[in-house]
Amino acid sequence: MEKFERLISTAIPLPTENVDTDQIIPARFLKATNKQGFGDNVFRDWRYHKDGSINTNFVLNNTMYNGSILVAGNNFGCGSSREHAAWALAGYGFKVIISSFFADIFKGNALNNGILPVQVSEDCLKTLLQLIKENPETQIDIDLQNQVLQIVGNVIVEKFEIDTYKKLCLLNGYDDIDYLLSNKDKIVAYEQEHQF
Amino acid sequence: MAKTLFDKVWDKHVVDTIKDGPQIVYIDKHLIHEVTSPQAFNELSERTIPIFRPQQIVATADHNTPTVDQHLPVKDTLSRNQLKQLTENCSRNNIELYGLGHEYNGIVHVIGPELGITQPGMTIVCGDSHTSTHGAFGTIAFGIGTSQVAQVFASQCLLMNKPKKLRVNVHGKLKKGVLPKDVILYIIAKLGTNSGTGYFCEYAGNVFEEMSMEGRMTVCNMSIEMGARGGMIAPDETTFEYVKGRKFAPKGADFDKKVAYWKTLKTDQDAVFDLEYSFDAADIEPMITYGTNPGMGIKISEAIPSLDDASFEKSLAYMNFQKGEKLLNKPINYVFIGSCTNSRIEDFRVAANYVKGKQKAPNVHAWLVPGSQQVAKQIKEEGLETIFIAAGFKLRQPGCSACLAMNDDKIPEGEYCVSTSNRNFEGRQGQGARTILASPLVAASTAVAGKIINVLEEPSTLELV
Ligand code: SF4
Repeated sequence: MEKFERLISTAIPLPTENVDTDQIIPARFLKATNKQGFGDNVFRDWRYHKDGSINTNFVLNNTMYNGSILVAGNNFGCGSSREHAAWALAGYGFKVIISSFFADIFKGNALNNGILPVQVSEDCLKTLLQLIKENPETQIDIDLQNQVLQIVGNVIVEKFEIDTYKKLCLLNGYDDIDYLLSNKDKIVAYEQEHQF
Repeated sequence: MAKTLFDKVWDKHVVDTIKDGPQIVYIDKHLIHEVTSPQAFNELSERTIPIFRPQQIVATADHNTPTVDQHLPVKDTLSRNQLKQLTENCSRNNIELYGLGHEYNGIVHVIGPELGITQPGMTIVCGDSHTSTHGAFGTIAFGIGTSQVAQVFASQCLLMNKPKKLRVNVHGKLKKGVLPKDVILYIIAKLGTNSGTGYFCEYAGNVFEEMSMEGRMTVCNMSIEMGARGGMIAPDETTFEYVKGRKFAPKGADFDKKVAYWKTLKTDQDAVFDLEYSFDAADIEPMITYGTNPGMGIKISEAIPSLDDASFEKSLAYMNFQKGEKLLNKPINYVFIGSCTNSRIEDFRVAANYVKGKQKAPNVHAWLVPGSQQVAKQIKEEGLETIFIAAGFKLRQPGCSACLAMNDDKIPEGEYCVSTSNRNFEGRQGQGARTILASPLVAASTAVAGKIINVLEEPSTLELV
């Protein structure tokens, strides 16, 4: 996994609430057996009309907005456990998702793919969306080491929470398999003690 | 210290605790299917890590399979390739696979319980969010992403932070015609789709105690739709009776020993929950959804609420419904009875009881998809198929089908589908399809009437349920 320490980037606003993983990557794209290529189909049915033409009303098709940060409405990533959603977002180039609330499984999937989910207060989210709307060039600075979100050149600073272990994994580019395998002895001992 | 049911099962599975971090949790059973496993198998083989405990894994083909002509090669190349990879991955790694056409094949959350793989007190995971279904047995069961599938392959464990505890109580007497599906749709409509995030839910109260195992599975299945990782119901005599004699259930003295342990899996009297809700069963009526998330539900006789909110309006626009509108008498052209929420024998019994002696409305395309080969067999043996055929319905072969429309079972753009599945997201049942979630009884009555009707006002039906 790639390391993540700090990111300064403009952001793409998607204020819709309850964005489910079926929207992030529709089921008909789940037939691949590798992790590549999902980025092309991220938010497929919002980006394109059914006849294949581009939906110019959707924010990813608005050239004013760019960047590797997605600022999304409450309860982002709910629904299906498909990790394809994280692969699609990562494939498209997102490294950070900011929302006031993330669904559990999505949050874990994001972290396991080097995407940092940054949970902020409802007020902070509103402000961010407003600032980006007013000025699409607004830069957001995400500092994982200090767990701080800052608007570049602005007074807005927000601390965010992250599990200590997950933070270490991201900072160092480790993954859970490495950790679990280093505990094989304990796992075998546990099995011997508990015969279910 | 007093413990909840969840604490008892969780604590027994903790291998180790990382300081200021997650715990290593042991997983008893790992269920896999064709869609979320290939990348995990690849990851292990790329890193030359062997599968640690292949005998604790069971595989099925369900998400991507056709529901007609299953004896023929699968037409869609990508689907066929995915199924082939599953077969190869399983045989290479000595994993039991109930593939297409196998007598035990079916939707992963239907076959686990019916084969006795699912047992009280276990931890069960699967790369599918509705793994919560198995919680009906007093099991900690939850959906995982593909990276976690790989972790379980490698170590039979997961790194997890212990979730908080939520209890939902429903007491009282359910009205006739109100099914377990209505109970859970009601709870989600009341609490919202993210009320359970970060929690594991226990369902308690006489309503759940009096439910069959099939009903409990329907309830636990949809825990994820309120954001909870999983839901559980304490095992009792109904549970033990259900498990007894099933293929992989413990037998003889072993079974008795297990039952003695399973009986201890109850929330202690003075155990504390982080959050608790209580509802009165008498307030629940047959439910339907009108929007694009499962929390957007109303009683079938109610009107759509009027909210000023952009996400709400976007959702109504997709469904082509108006604020304040009632859905009764809405013409409906598609009905789907199936999915891991409602494709068990009891669901087909309810539907068959209703349609007996009636005829399917000519405008309706009804897809009846059993959850497994075993359910399909039982439908025949109990004479339900004859009833369906007489009423103008045809049964399809088992699989996830129109629940996620990965195969050819797609609802056409713009059409409404009254569906017994669990998700009404935009495009879930096909691009542009509009899903209305409901119980098998409401689905059956829609298929007969060709429109949404209030089953509660039909005295003849209620004697049957
Ligand atoms: S029936 Fe639907 S919800 Fe259930 S496992 Fe299949 S796709 Fe998932």
